[in-house]
Amino acid sequence: MAIASDPPKGGFQLSQLIYDTRYRSMTIQVATLIGVLALVFWLGANVTENLAELGKPIDFGFLGEPAGYDINQRLIEYDNQDIHARAAFVGLLNTLLVAFLGCILATVVGVLVGVLRLSHNWIVAKIMTVYVECFRNVPVLLWIVLAMAIMIEALPQPRDFRGDDPAASMLFDAFAFTNRGVYIPEPLFSRSLGDFSFFGIFDISIDLIAILAVLAAGIFTAKKIGAQADQIQNQTGIRPKTWPKTAGVILVPLLAILAILGFHLGYPALKGFNFDGGTHLRNSLIALWLALSFYTAAFIAEIVRGGIMAISKGQSEAAAALGLRPNRIMRLVVLPQALRIIIPPLISQYLNLTKNSSLAIAVGYMDLTGTLMGITLNQSGRELECVMLTMLIYLAISLCISGAFNIYNQRVKLKER
Amino acid sequence: MEVKPYVRTAMLDGKPAPVTSSGPAGWLKKNLFDGPWNTAATLVALVVVFLLLSHLLPWVFQSVWNAENLAECREIIDATWGPEHSGACWAVIHDRYLQLIYGFYPWDFLWRPNLTFAMMLVAIAPVLFTQLPRKMLIFSCLFPFIGAWLLWGGSIWQPVMVLAGFGIGAAAFRYLAKVNRILSIAAAIVLPVIWWVFVMETVVHGLHAVIPLGLEPVQSNQFGGFMVSIIIGLTAITCSLPLGIMLALGRQTELFIVRTFSVGFIEFIRGVPLITLLFVASTLLNYFMPPGTNFDLIVRVIIMATLFSSAYIAEVVRGGLAALPKGQYEAADSLGLDYWQAQQLIIMPQALKIAIPGIVSTFIGLFKDTTLVSIIGILDPIGLSNAIRADSAWNGIYWELFAFIGFVFFIFCFSMSRYSMYLERKLNTGHR
Amino acid sequence: MTKKVFWGVLAAASAVAGFASADTLDDVKARGKLICGTSTGLAGFSAPDANGRYEGFDVAYCRALAGAIFGDPEAVDFKPLTTTNRFSALSAGEVDVLARNTTWTLTRDVDLKNTFIGVNYYDGQGFMVPKELGVTSARELDGATVCIQTGTTTELNLADFFRANNISYEPVPIETNAEAQQQYLAGACDVYTTDASGLAATRASFEAPGDHVILPEIISKEPLGPLVRQGDDHWADIASWTLNALIAAEELGVTSANIDELSESTENPEIARLLGTEGNLGEMLGLSQDWAANAIKAEGNYGEIFEKYIGEGTPIGLARGLNAQWTEGGLLYAPPFR
Repeated sequence: MAIASDPPKGGFQLSQLIYDTRYRSMTIQVATLIGVLALVFWLGANVTENLAELGKPIDFGFLGEPAGYDINQRLIEYDNQDIHARAAFVGLLNTLLVAFLGCILATVVGVLVGVLRLSHNWIVAKIMTVYVECFRNVPVLLWIVLAMAIMIEALPQPRDFRGDDPAASMLFDAFAFTNRGVYIPEPLFSRSLGDFSFFGIFDISIDLIAILAVLAAGIFTAKKIGAQADQIQNQTGIRPKTWPKTAGVILVPLLAILAILGFHLGYPALKGFNFDGGTHLRNSLIALWLALSFYTAAFIAEIVRGGIMAISKGQSEAAAALGLRPNRIMRLVVLPQALRIIIPPLISQYLNLTKNSSLAIAVGYMDLTGTLMGITLNQSGRELECVMLTMLIYLAISLCISGAFNIYNQRVKLKER
Repeated sequence: MEVKPYVRTAMLDGKPAPVTSSGPAGWLKKNLFDGPWNTAATLVALVVVFLLLSHLLPWVFQSVWNAENLAECREIIDATWGPEHSGACWAVIHDRYLQLIYGFYPWDFLWRPNLTFAMMLVAIAPVLFTQLPRKMLIFSCLFPFIGAWLLWGGSIWQPVMVLAGFGIGAAAFRYLAKVNRILSIAAAIVLPVIWWVFVMETVVHGLHAVIPLGLEPVQSNQFGGFMVSIIIGLTAITCSLPLGIMLALGRQTELFIVRTFSVGFIEFIRGVPLITLLFVASTLLNYFMPPGTNFDLIVRVIIMATLFSSAYIAEVVRGGLAALPKGQYEAADSLGLDYWQAQQLIIMPQALKIAIPGIVSTFIGLFKDTTLVSIIGILDPIGLSNAIRADSAWNGIYWELFAFIGFVFFIFCFSMSRYSMYLERKLNTGHR
Repeated sequence: MTKKVFWGVLAAASAVAGFASADTLDDVKARGKLICGTSTGLAGFSAPDANGRYEGFDVAYCRALAGAIFGDPEAVDFKPLTTTNRFSALSAGEVDVLARNTTWTLTRDVDLKNTFIGVNYYDGQGFMVPKELGVTSARELDGATVCIQTGTTTELNLADFFRANNISYEPVPIETNAEAQQQYLAGACDVYTTDASGLAATRASFEAPGDHVILPEIISKEPLGPLVRQGDDHWADIASWTLNALIAAEELGVTSANIDELSESTENPEIARLLGTEGNLGEMLGLSQDWAANAIKAEGNYGEIFEKYIGEGTPIGLARGLNAQWTEGGLLYAPPFR
């Protein structure tokens, strides 16, 4: 666009700011800057004036006051005497939990459906098409509400488990599917090492850290053994049998530490109004998780299908000519290539899922929207602070997710030479 | 020894394919029972389909269409199919379908939204189908004003005078362009704004006093149902197109400040959930306006939805821009076109053509997302379903309302997605 | 460039919406309509019927206020508000008065800059449980799953109650009453807690209301009342005295049936003052002389409104209880009209 022009004679004229391409970009930028700053200033002045009129200056002090409400679903200790900021943190962790679980399930289901949509089996392909179209074309809010309704109506209530001839019974005496959620056995340690307090904000079980450490060490050793085997194979052409050793270094220490810690399972049992013991996966979490996952999976399926179809047919024919079986062709030749096409839109689906998790309010799952922008906002009446803070936190989450995946994307990108 | 070669001289007729690979049997074998795994998959799929349909179909079809309330519905079902049967009570839809479509729009004026909807289809047609005459686009440009006037009512001079603002801008641009181009652009922006903000109100009042032409005004809190979804979705996507294009260009430009702002805006909007933006619309937007200003809630929601979709449109348009071969830009430069001419004549027509399927799917997404407004108290279909369930006649009804709402959304979105696929196919045949 | 045009159009569009100034009565009169914030749907208190007309106990107050100002009870628009945006809608001037079963608390009155103008329903938070659980007192609810309608004072009361009694519970926050009802009936929670009026209304709509009991404990005071913005005392006076007029009318035996007769000939000087045939109370408020008569004509006096929408003759079936006149052992006590 740059057009070479002779410098005008006779010094600088004001009209050059507009007509001279050397200065024009500067003019435009300065004008934009002034415009945007004016807009921001105008908005800010309005806010200050409005708030002054209401007598409600911006003040985040309410975050330090006791919240006064309870949250059923929480990953860290919390009770109603804790402060609003902690309630918001509990909500944030809940958001992250459902987003994390959702992304995993959505990916699994999405890839499966995407591949099955290309299946040679007519009826399977058609069912998958119907699934994708149904989920893609109906609002996610409806799916969330429906998932909750189905859970509530279809599963038995805890009361049905009671009595000599109960209407419902537990699976293997260990799993209870109720309309309040699913109760599963929980890991317990009779010689627990206690908890490690993380800056006094939340506790991490030292047992868990110990087990993970042992497991990591085992896997590291197993890798070493594998590498050694590779070396031997390279030198002699014969690969020594490694699996007994590998299994040994992973399993033996693991079992040992579990035994030392006194590992056993705590089973849920009906007690009073509810099941007691075990881990309680609440139906709000499950409904939200399933609805978000299946909704997003429909989009992921389309992305996966598009990615696979974009791989030229010659690739799979060449693989077939090498004698690979169809599922190996898919796994070894097509998918790795398709992945490069799939990943960028996949990231934006993950972001969408995370953002859609803010609809948790519809099923009473206490995520960030439900705590900070919900009850805290209602109790304190601080709309501006709560909504702004919520937006900032979501923005930070989104930027972290897209940042992390972009780094990954850079690494798997085809190195073009 | 003479070798007598055997050479067939006559061509053989083609033989029919074996029974197992032709006709229905062949199709079945190839598509459903090709090997044990395939057969197993078929059987599993059939069982799943059978289970679903055997539960769903009786519920959907052995149902009640005429009843006054839920209790009566249940009685009829009991009497007709026995107490064990659970059938749908579609009577609630029969009773309230007008409400689900129009909200509380006055019954006497239903012709207004109907006419608006019909005109909307005419206005959209030339945008969607390129083979239609281009002159129809004039109507498409006028439609927003006619539509808004029909829906909200009030004096006819209101939309006419808003349009006049554009006329003033165009006139200022044309006549001042001879004097000074920059001045003409500035005047084309400033004059209409002055007109709209300061002058128009008086003129409208004056004209209305002289020639009182108008429709009965309808408050927007009487809007509801699918009408509100369509209004919000369509207005927001239309308004967001120019904004989105500007943002996309801003993101591509070499001007650092412009680019930073564009990127910042796009990433911010794309990084937060729509529900937070709707909360801003419902609780905060008044704080950002001069004291005393009072927006209508639907207008506020449309503003936030516009900002929301403009960020997504910007990304779609950016995709279109990126897909254009570099040669197009260079060709435009070599012709001596300046930036805006190049955009207008060379780049945008091609980039937008590529971006249309993306724009349509952004619209589908936004249309579905309009259901979130129920959370801030606008009576869209889902909000209305809550209100209907609060009525004692239909207290306790559940699936029927959601099934109906889901079905209508499905029809809308499915047909739009089919259209976008048709477009994609059409565009694929072109150069690219 | 397009951006600026866009804002211009918006500014133009918004100019129609009008402005809120210091004197609400002038604004309302200039507009020709009262704008009243109500709930999006609570059976008996405010819900749109099949024709989209809002009806209910809270709605009737707004109609009475419109009657007092304009002499026309239909000169009112209703704006459905959620628990989240109700206060900001009021303070931003989107609504002139908020009649949305809102509990009068100090925080809301002082910190959120509202002015409560009285109490139109004395409520309290209660519990409902299925009879088959055999629970007779809320103190037996240790470990129970409790459905709460979120965004209200109920969550705080509930937390306080269980903490004070040192028992545990599992809260299930739910957005709407309809949703809560579904969860409760399906057994997804053992207990449903909300205002006692709401419980009664909900129970009345069940297929078998007899299978559910409302526990004797009322764990909170919930004086529900209309409210206006802080800072416009004149407007608050009008809103408050309209409510008082409805209550006083019941006490004095003025009903929508006999009001025309009474305003022509009454012996009772207080009735005469109330109906504007004597004195100049209306003038003091800046309203017409027959303002209170118009308010009462809208939907009747307090008792009539109560019976029409939430009384024992309706599906909601609430007894007067605390909401009886002070002469009958209730708490309703309108200051004298003089």
